[in-house]
Amino acid sequence: MKTEDTISAISTALGTAGVGIIRLSGENSIAIAEKIFDRPLLTAPDRKIIFGHIKNSAGEIVDEVLVLIMRAPKSYTRENVVEIQCHGGTEVLREILSLTFQAGARPAERGEFTKRAFLNGRLDLTQAQAVLDVIQAKTSTALSVAQNQLAGKTSKKIRAIRTEILGVLAHIEALIDFPEDDLDDAITADLDAKISAQIDAVKIFLANQRSGKILREGLETAIIGKPNVGKSSLLNFLAETDRAIVTDIPGTTRDSIEEFVSIRGVPLKIIDTAGIRSSDNPVEKIGIERAKNCASRAELILALFDGSREISAEDLEILRLIDGRSAIILLTKADLPRVIDTAQFENFTAISVKTGAGVEDFLDAIAEKVGSVNAEMNFVRDEREADLLRRAVENLEEARVTLAKNIGIDFVAIDLRAALELLSELTGESVTEDVINEIFSKFCIGK
Amino acid sequence: MFVAGKYDVIVIGAGHAGIEAGLAAARLGCKTLLTTLSLENLAMMPCNPSIGGSAKGHLVREVDALGGQMGIVADQTCIQFRTLNTGKGFAVQALRAQADKKIYQAAMKKVCENTDNLDLKQLLIENILVERNKIVGVTAETGETFLASAVILASGTYLSGRIIIGESIFDGGPNGQRAAVKLSTALKNLGVKLMRFKTGTPARVDARTLDFSKMEIQRGDSGMQNFSFLTETPANNQVCCYLTYTNERTHEILRRNLHRAPMANGIIEGVGPRYCPSIESKIIRFPDKERHQLFLEPEGLNTQEFYVQGMSTSMPADVQIEFLHTIPGLENAKIMRHGYAIEYDCLDPLQLKPTLEFKSIAGFFSAGQSNGSSGYEEAAAQGLIAGINAAALVKNFPPLILKRSESYIGVLIDDLVTKGTAEPYRMMTSRAEYRLLLRQDNADIRLTPYAIDIGLASVERAEKFNRKLAEISAANKILTETKITPSAEVNARLAAAGIAEIKNSLPLAELMRRPNVTYEKLRDIFSLPEISAAAASQVEISFFYEGYIKKQAELAAKLDRLENKIIPENINYHAIQNLRVEAREKLSEIRPRSIGQAARISGVSPADISVLVVYLETFS
Repeated sequence: MKTEDTISAISTALGTAGVGIIRLSGENSIAIAEKIFDRPLLTAPDRKIIFGHIKNSAGEIVDEVLVLIMRAPKSYTRENVVEIQCHGGTEVLREILSLTFQAGARPAERGEFTKRAFLNGRLDLTQAQAVLDVIQAKTSTALSVAQNQLAGKTSKKIRAIRTEILGVLAHIEALIDFPEDDLDDAITADLDAKISAQIDAVKIFLANQRSGKILREGLETAIIGKPNVGKSSLLNFLAETDRAIVTDIPGTTRDSIEEFVSIRGVPLKIIDTAGIRSSDNPVEKIGIERAKNCASRAELILALFDGSREISAEDLEILRLIDGRSAIILLTKADLPRVIDTAQFENFTAISVKTGAGVEDFLDAIAEKVGSVNAEMNFVRDEREADLLRRAVENLEEARVTLAKNIGIDFVAIDLRAALELLSELTGESVTEDVINEIFSKFCIGK
Repeated sequence: MFVAGKYDVIVIGAGHAGIEAGLAAARLGCKTLLTTLSLENLAMMPCNPSIGGSAKGHLVREVDALGGQMGIVADQTCIQFRTLNTGKGFAVQALRAQADKKIYQAAMKKVCENTDNLDLKQLLIENILVERNKIVGVTAETGETFLASAVILASGTYLSGRIIIGESIFDGGPNGQRAAVKLSTALKNLGVKLMRFKTGTPARVDARTLDFSKMEIQRGDSGMQNFSFLTETPANNQVCCYLTYTNERTHEILRRNLHRAPMANGIIEGVGPRYCPSIESKIIRFPDKERHQLFLEPEGLNTQEFYVQGMSTSMPADVQIEFLHTIPGLENAKIMRHGYAIEYDCLDPLQLKPTLEFKSIAGFFSAGQSNGSSGYEEAAAQGLIAGINAAALVKNFPPLILKRSESYIGVLIDDLVTKGTAEPYRMMTSRAEYRLLLRQDNADIRLTPYAIDIGLASVERAEKFNRKLAEISAANKILTETKITPSAEVNARLAAAGIAEIKNSLPLAELMRRPNVTYEKLRDIFSLPEISAAAASQVEISFFYEGYIKKQAELAAKLDRLENKIIPENINYHAIQNLRVEAREKLSEIRPRSIGQAARISGVSPADISVLVVYLETFS
């Protein structure tokens, strides 16, 4: 199927892999990648690794990446394909993915790369039959997942937003389709207020996107510190308390390098637990390197310092490492006499996992750092949903601009309809019939 | 069997659909028979005396752009013209006109009687002759059989029509006409699936008994306002309409008599339109509304009959007069004709192809209210397309299937044949996805090339159209290529025309993007070539709204890609195992022409469409 759409998706399994890949496919994939990359790609050679940086709209570097271009037809989909290899942290992957959307790609549907490969003649007949099964199965599964997700509180709220916008649109449409009927005028200020209110409502979803992600996947947390500082003891303490809840991320297998613990309802995903366990071996020499690597991927750092000993060169290096990061400083072994000079630390919690001293303070500190996250919040499930909401907001903002221009309510209707289409993709409803039904149920029509 | 004649195309019914169908077929060189059960009642308007309105006005322009007749005759015979939706956006501006019913009918009859290849005949058709799923001809009440290669059903609301005025119920068509009862049975015998719809009309009152001083007067708009791209004369406003309101007393009478309302007491079985409810259903559905507006509209220049717009009713005669008398200005009104409801058979349009030909009977077409639509304009549009496609069948040229992205006619027919309809279908702008592209002003640019191509555009139309295109393209060229620099002289001239000064040199096209800058203003300042007002308005719209139009055009182009993916007619959906059973059934029933159409069928999911696309690419 020849199509102008360029699609984009994370093509590696989400989790703590060292490297993540974002794949774009479509006629404009190279141009789109070029927009967010700091080196030219359109003129770059085929199938050669290009090193560079992904930058956001403010020009800030998001990550150091390797880009691979495979021009049509020599690619999996037989379209222009760009692969961006970046660091494996989920946050980085999501941010780059979201930049590709802003640059003009759209989220790939489930199984769409394979579908395109197939449609462009990349697969043979036997494979094709298998793909047909997958497309149907995948979409049905995706649909049922979406329906489950939308059955809850989130769904109700999105439906409510959609209904409000539908109401505004139906009013405008009724005025256009039944100009001689006795209907209330659409007052610009009223329309603007109604649209603004819904923009705010959608924005809450987007603002909570991080919370939603934390709730689903856990906050990536690193425990760092020099050997024998008590990392392993802390991990065991956290994991052994009944607070430990373990959830599976769909599509990934938990391996030995991560552990889930729940602190006051906030799931933490402790990364590199394998490293923590081995680093507590006194003979281990690569503690700092490991800490660096680990901290670079974490959203929250628990930095451990031995309270019963003098501060060491390694400790100072760790302090530098957490500078400017979201980190909690713990002075371990509080059951022993304090030797460390605390003037080094702006803020710290003394803790002993042996006696339990300071544990409550520590838990408070985590809760404070993470902020309020609870399951009652409205949040979206994934980047695709977030993208739909973001585009809905864009259209609603445009509706306000159009409204202010005063060139006719028809133009406002166009923007509102576009926003409604996007929200309807989330709720699985149709637009045209709903608008017409709304017109007839709300307005007395019939000149 | 007495074979009384042999034709290429036979049209059953000479209402708004039948006339356009018959004229189009005849003009395209087909030997055509147009039948009507009363030669007095060609092109009758049994309901409101007006043509056009929101979306409907667009349809009339499109019919005209394709070489149809409705717009030309409406321009000649209408007696008040108004442009609706001014200020709501240029794409939804729509012309609406009050027709003189009798003069309109007479003018249409004259056109039909003077069209080559067209025979007009008073006949009640009772049977449709089909052999081996192919149309053969029709048989009339008189026993005459007429053979034809194509037959177009345009029987309006006459199929098993039943009139209801309160407790008084009788078989009949609109306005005291006969009903076509046997034809309904004949269709059923052919396996055609019928539905039962209902519509209604208000009373007509005697102008001499109305007190217009108690009503608000509504005048026509002056200036050039025409349905037809060929009309050059300004609107001819000869009459006024009047606005007044119901009140609590009116509603009280209606409520007190609701048990006698056929729509409330179960006498009426048919499904009525939501956009045109009777006054009794307005009272039921919107009990809090304190008043409902009504318009008094003249039925013509040579009659005292006034149409009571907004008061459609099937209440008994005594209730009708009682509630009308509560309305300011109507206290002494005398009813000349009562309001009534009419129930009628129509066919489920899902049985039709986008060409309006039956899927199961080759050469048999259907157009207008018999397809479940409502409105003169919707009927005319379908009639024209059915006429063209019947001629295409006879003369062996490709059928005309208009896209949703290029016309309201495309939206109308696609909705009917893809989604079907649960109530009499009315065209609305909110049904069109890309209405910025589907404007009244550019209907000719969208559609006249088809008319020229098919051979339905007169020489006059083709020449006028080509002249306009040339003017537009010349103006675009000069505006894009002429650069002006911010000299004192240029800015002084701009200021004199009320245009803000320029600071950098720019092409004239840039100025056109500013509000209130017209081609005419720039023509004066920079001595540009003179072009027609119609061409100038196209140029202005294309520059000023360029961003919006481009955005919609891109979306439309995307949609069109799916429309262009044609599904083979012989596809067996039941053999596609990956399709869900519901999708297989729906697709088998509707047999969409393209992937685009398939995607609009309710009950067919995007996943089903993916499967279908993959299947087509691989296995066919």
